[in-house]
Amino acid sequence: MTKQFVTTTVNGDTAEFICEPGESLLDALRGRLQLTGSKEGCGSGDCGACTILLDGEMVCSCLVFAAEAEGRVIETVEGMADGSVLHPVQRKFLEHAALQCGFCTPGFLVATKALLDHNPDPSEHEIRYWLAGNLCRCTGYDKIVRAVQDTAREMRNERKTA
Amino acid sequence: MPQPGYHAPETVQQAIALLSKEPGARVLAGGTDLIVQMRSGRIASPLIVDLKRISGMIGIRASGDGFAIGAATPCTALKKDAAFAAAWPGVVEAANLIGSVQVRNRATMAGNLCNASPAADSVPALIAAGATCLIAGPSGERELPVEQLATGPGRTGLATGEFVVELRLPARPKGGGDAYLRLIPRTEMDIAVVGAGAALVIDAAGTCTAARISIGAVAPTALLVADAGAALVGSKFDDAALGRMGEAVRAACSPIDDKRGTISYRTDMAAVIARRAVAIARQRAGEAN
Amino acid sequence: MNAPEAKSGFRHVGTRPVRPDGIDKVTGKAIYSPDFVAPGMLQGAILRSPHPHARIRSIDTSKAEALPGVKAIVTADDFPTLKSLMVTMGESAGNIIHVSRKCMAQGKVLYDGHAVAAVAATSAVIAAEALKLIEVDYEVLPHVIDIDEAMQPDAPLLHEDMVTEGVQPRPDKPSNIPTYVSKTKGDVAEALGRAAAVVEGRYSMPMVHQGYIEPHACVASWNADGQANIWCSTQGAFVVRMLTASVLGISQADIRVTPLEIGGGFGGKTTVYLEPVAMLLSRKSGRPVRLAMTREEVFRASGPAPGVQIDFKIGATADGYLLGADLSMKYNVGAFPGNGVQVGLITALYHYRFESFAMHGWNVVTNMPGIHAYRAPCAPQVNFAVESAIDELAYKLGIDPIELRLKNAVVPGDPGFTGGTLGEIGFVECLEAAKAHPHYSAPLGPNQGRGVAASYWINAGGPSVAAVSLAEDGSVLVTTGSPDIGGSRASMAIMAAETLCIPYEKVRVTIADTSAIGFSMVTGGSRTTYATGKAVIEAAETIISIMKARAAGMWGVDVADVAWGDGEAICLDPAKDNQRLPIGKIAARMNNTGGPISAEASVNPHDYLPAFGVHICDSEVDPETGQTTIVRYTAIQDVGRAIHADYCEGQIQGGAVQGIGWALNEAFIHDKAGRLDNPGFLDYRVPVCSDLPMIDTVMVEKPNPAHPFGVKGVGEVPIVPPLATVANAVSRAAGVRIRDLPLSPDRVYSAIKSKG
Repeated sequence: MTKQFVTTTVNGDTAEFICEPGESLLDALRGRLQLTGSKEGCGSGDCGACTILLDGEMVCSCLVFAAEAEGRVIETVEGMADGSVLHPVQRKFLEHAALQCGFCTPGFLVATKALLDHNPDPSEHEIRYWLAGNLCRCTGYDKIVRAVQDTAREMRNERKTA
Repeated sequence: MPQPGYHAPETVQQAIALLSKEPGARVLAGGTDLIVQMRSGRIASPLIVDLKRISGMIGIRASGDGFAIGAATPCTALKKDAAFAAAWPGVVEAANLIGSVQVRNRATMAGNLCNASPAADSVPALIAAGATCLIAGPSGERELPVEQLATGPGRTGLATGEFVVELRLPARPKGGGDAYLRLIPRTEMDIAVVGAGAALVIDAAGTCTAARISIGAVAPTALLVADAGAALVGSKFDDAALGRMGEAVRAACSPIDDKRGTISYRTDMAAVIARRAVAIARQRAGEAN
Repeated sequence: MNAPEAKSGFRHVGTRPVRPDGIDKVTGKAIYSPDFVAPGMLQGAILRSPHPHARIRSIDTSKAEALPGVKAIVTADDFPTLKSLMVTMGESAGNIIHVSRKCMAQGKVLYDGHAVAAVAATSAVIAAEALKLIEVDYEVLPHVIDIDEAMQPDAPLLHEDMVTEGVQPRPDKPSNIPTYVSKTKGDVAEALGRAAAVVEGRYSMPMVHQGYIEPHACVASWNADGQANIWCSTQGAFVVRMLTASVLGISQADIRVTPLEIGGGFGGKTTVYLEPVAMLLSRKSGRPVRLAMTREEVFRASGPAPGVQIDFKIGATADGYLLGADLSMKYNVGAFPGNGVQVGLITALYHYRFESFAMHGWNVVTNMPGIHAYRAPCAPQVNFAVESAIDELAYKLGIDPIELRLKNAVVPGDPGFTGGTLGEIGFVECLEAAKAHPHYSAPLGPNQGRGVAASYWINAGGPSVAAVSLAEDGSVLVTTGSPDIGGSRASMAIMAAETLCIPYEKVRVTIADTSAIGFSMVTGGSRTTYATGKAVIEAAETIISIMKARAAGMWGVDVADVAWGDGEAICLDPAKDNQRLPIGKIAARMNNTGGPISAEASVNPHDYLPAFGVHICDSEVDPETGQTTIVRYTAIQDVGRAIHADYCEGQIQGGAVQGIGWALNEAFIHDKAGRLDNPGFLDYRVPVCSDLPMIDTVMVEKPNPAHPFGVKGVGEVPIVPPLATVANAVSRAAGVRIRDLPLSPDRVYSAIKSKG
């Protein structure tokens, strides 16, 4: 079968790659573009470690064909920081020790950013259900939820003072 | 190599042509079932036909008094459509129980329907709501009640070259309300052990004038349980009527023992979950009056 | 929560600084094992058995070899024949022959998913296609999954040459029972005869899995001169080196193992499944080879935790003193003999002062993957039985469950678990803290129940090496051989900074490969902060000694007149006017005052202390459906002293939630054909975020006098109490005792229904 030539936007830059028609976007990001921040924990959409934003909506990149990325806009964990300035959620995850092994962390960070983009003041209940598609086996989620709450608080305050 | 071809046609006719050419071709909408099944080797498709670049496949539009939902409309988009969410909250909730937010940003109700899992969450809700699906194919279009599409686990009555173009739902009737509930071991990220949808109409006096009850994960396909609905019509949801409704649900169950539940548990739970769904639907119907 | 407040007397210990490897891990830069790429690397794949038990008649790889792009194929024939040799992997031990057979089936496949052949090819797609072209002729044999069935005399035998160890006289017939162990104290029958209340029951649970999110992966590159590199994620690079060298029959010094960042392990990454296979593929192809498991392969073919069947009878006096315990334990250890019930024996009863006990235990092999370590390996299973029964006993006697435990709790000076006496343990302190916690007296809502349970874990010491050196500006490099699985770089930096009295940020920590640092045991056994920490502290103290000597030389005073404090040498010679030399100035001149300042410490401490934990759980059970909600959860633990308070709490919270998952939903489910029916996160149900409340922690600090900062291991004990804690809460809420895990909705519903 013919390979696909894909032109897309990743973290603000144009990216081009050739892929197999049945290849997942996660495999293309990791294998073709060397963006290994998005992780594969399951390959079936059950763990969320591969979460990215596709046209602004969070999706499991293991459940997207790479060929579908043609002309779309992709954001990954590698694009969250503004240069060397961490996104608030990245900083808060560190301050709250919301990661232990760190393998699920990229997915949680992207998912949290998407949450706060949609809902700047989520309740604990909303946070927990929004993040239910991201498995963490190390932390028991407690410090993750607290980091998200604190990020939301800080981002709201920044908006107020801005 | 077993690598499929990928095509993203721009018209329904192109899609039909592609699907007709390759009998094993698969339609891609959200892909959340298809990609997992291809990866696990459960299906090997020579051709993937992505619907998302066909105009009208994504989005909800008014159709007559009701709604037409493009086949590639992701579940989360249903929540954002205020008119639809107000009319059929049970359907919207059912679709937004599937997987995670990540999954629902891709997954579609049409895909949920065509994947033909007996445990599909959105299907009992659609059946209860009286939804139909519009099918396009080499010999033109046809419209089918949702409950008639799946013919068994993983099987549908779609012919080669056919695919679901849109789902159609009526307007919410006056005094109408719907609900869907499922039972899972966790709070999210599970497949329904049982699911139940209910759509009711009640009059100003609180009497049930119409009821459609549907159950999932307790038979080879999601079922419309006509007897369960009939047990409620004319009642004011007294215990006797609800009891008859639950018995009708139990009688309709023919589940299997598997890793997700036993026959007896599923049968008992179908009645419990149906009764709870009816309670929510009734409340919504009452609010509508 | 996050305030960097130091404990009195410490400047860094007990604070919560950002981990030194943090930015790499929140920006996607950190390299985990599936991320690593070697130049010219091939992609490997493993063919796995679809049968739980079968003889391999033949394997024909000719079609696969002919496929363009296929560069190497490996089967059991490529593995050397090994002599029986017991090896220790840190938290578990096993025979090297079995380690080899877990990498590649030899003669027989013993479980669904057992590896039978491997391929290396120029792409993953070609490798996968090649697997389909390998023809394996199986003679399918009857299989056995169930413990009772496997123990029957006519059960299908997994190992024709295996007889039970520990039975006298030695059995003359083989069986599926590799091990029998026992231990008794006093006359249990007599003691139970005097009891005012007796509880008796059978407790069971299926196998469960560690469920780390990162699947196993490695890259191996084996050169023609015999030297090799392995890059992998592991809890112990030295274990990977030793096992790979032993399985392949080569020199350990020929293998350099580089531990990449590790995406969770929980004991499961203290062995090898892929590395020897990747090595053989690399030798055959002459190229580096990557092998990576899928999630399904992880569940089917790595090492889960044993399922158990336990019969327990316990009795006490009317005022709650424990008289006797009669315990029979059967551990399902999967396809190979393993460390199962041996650990059960020492983690069952020793937290209480039983007047008498009789313990009997059997390991049983079945056609499931061979077990491996999982966080406090083999302790949660037996603790579930013991702490469930204690709970029943307390209610039967009308004594508060914590009070009953307090009456019987061991204290310092009581007999130890494996001989000797107990040191400065904090069990009573934990029980008192639980009793006093507001959670324990908070009102319960409808359909809610409260459970409590107490547990211990032995912890571990063992060998570690650490190196500390100064950069020329006085910043400090710490190097260890202990992979950082949950923030240990931060705790090492804290301990080095504390010892040297310098800022935390001046210390940087590297996890070295096996050729760059001396032997260190695995990150496991709750030993890293304790044992590797001791090495770091000792090396840092040596650095201080050297710096004092250099300063003495620079001042021209006796070294006895130099003290160290506040990150600088202080001259005590009154003639020198209390001069000071900061670390930076000593470092700047070190190459003129005697050369580089560096020190290595090699330690092998065994003065660790066991850890104790007491958990409280409120659950709510839906009486119509049997669904359980965890409403509130509090975990109390004696940590000795918390080095990094956040990561200490994180261990407790994470362990508690793994235990909650184990209690509620996690289970290996096999179909009638003996195949694992839920090899994915969809149906192997680990807890998701919305399943849980916040996990409150109370860190009781009763320092270990044998550690400079008082460290006791913290990582493992928190997974032990939750099984009984949750079961006690659910049994209370449901109004019926449930003795089998998991407490899935259908099981709870059936129990409610059966009580009528």
